Amino acid sequence: MKCEDAIVLVHALADGELDAGHAREVEAHAEACNRCAGELAAAREMKNALAANDLRYAAPGSLRARIEGTMPKPQPVADRRTWLKGFALGGAVSALAASGIGFLVLHDAREDRLLGDAISAHLRSLQSEHLTDVLSSDQHTVKPWFNGRIDLAPPVPDLTAQGFTLIGGRLDFLDGQPVAALVYRRRAHVINVFVGQVLGAGSAAPQMQVVQGFNVLRWRKGGLSMIAVSDLNREELQEFETKFAAAG
Amino acid sequence: MTAHPSMLQKGRFSDAISPGTTPDENKAERFRALALPHLDAVYTLARYLLRDPSDAEDAAQECYLRALRHFDTFRGGPIKPWLLAILRNVCRAEYARRGRAAAPLDEAETDSENVPETLWSASDGSPEATSLVRLDAETARALIAQLPEPFREVLVLREIEDLSYREISQVIGVPVGTVMSRLARGRGLLRQAWRAEETQE
Repeated sequence: MKCEDAIVLVHALADGELDAGHAREVEAHAEACNRCAGELAAAREMKNALAANDLRYAAPGSLRARIEGTMPKPQPVADRRTWLKGFALGGAVSALAASGIGFLVLHDAREDRLLGDAISAHLRSLQSEHLTDVLSSDQHTVKPWFNGRIDLAPPVPDLTAQGFTLIGGRLDFLDGQPVAALVYRRRAHVINVFVGQVLGAGSAAPQMQVVQGFNVLRWRKGGLSMIAVSDLNREELQEFETKFAAAG
Repeated sequence: MTAHPSMLQKGRFSDAISPGTTPDENKAERFRALALPHLDAVYTLARYLLRDPSDAEDAAQECYLRALRHFDTFRGGPIKPWLLAILRNVCRAEYARRGRAAAPLDEAETDSENVPETLWSASDGSPEATSLVRLDAETARALIAQLPEPFREVLVLREIEDLSYREISQVIGVPVGTVMSRLARGRGLLRQAWRAEETQE
């Protein structure tokens, strides 16, 4: 490898953008070349120095409100679903209102138990090797596996192209009810989607909550209740729901 | 094939959004759900590109207006790069309005990219000796803001917006190799500025 190439490629190495073969080549060159080794160390140092702070800017609330104001409004007769969805998915102002709704919902003891169980089941799936009973990234293997094991047919969309990899599925129990658990992965984050017939007082519109530090997103579709639990950030979990609901 | 947002022309679609019918509402709902969570990302890039808070707000708002109008051309995949590409076009129109030619981007390319400035130089001593003092967020932001635009935007897209090289190349419409060399050069320039700041403190 030529030094003029390597001196630039070490940046791609530091950024994790090289495939295994090229990464090995660049590393080998850097081991033998003081200049490229220095460049690599400096690139990493620069990245670390930048990562030490949050250098993003938060959009002002007034800007968010203005942008929301320019979008077509729901009809005055808008049903509760659209209304709730707006709250669940809108910006900071709406999130405040939505948290009020979540608060009311959370004060139902049954809801507490259900969400508690969902979090426990999620944690169990992470701790043990028992993440899945059927281990497959093929939706056509996972979906039939539930036949005869549970009295519902969960949607099992293939979301690989959208960046959510199907890992498999298993049976679980939430609040004494059997549920189908689907497991997806996004980078290092595991998403458990629990599918049951009626899981608490879920509305059709997606509702985001934070329970024990996990993001929990709930929605109803096709006569089924879905509860997605993950340590993935809100935005990406919301994206997951959108893709899941659209494909399922 | 996804329509590249760079096809969008400013001013061509300056009509106001028509009052919503039902399909429009569904579209708006979907758009809201997908695009609004990225407002901070859009605003952040606008702040770094325009270096002015109120211009950045205007640009972010214009970006969302255009994005909603052209939401039909969005073909799935991550929406963030698509939004940032639109934002970038809005910002370039703003440069033109400010009376600056949008050309510096292309000029900078020709003379500085063929001569990559390296991060590390012999004066730094051994590779192990290259350590940077940690600066507070405000100082770091100011140093980034001072970088020449072509290097600033790739650096922000990579280190702050967390885009992949491929996504960056789509956002700014240059090959991945160019993204890589601009990033290398940008880091070199930033490091010099960082070092200078350290000695002042």
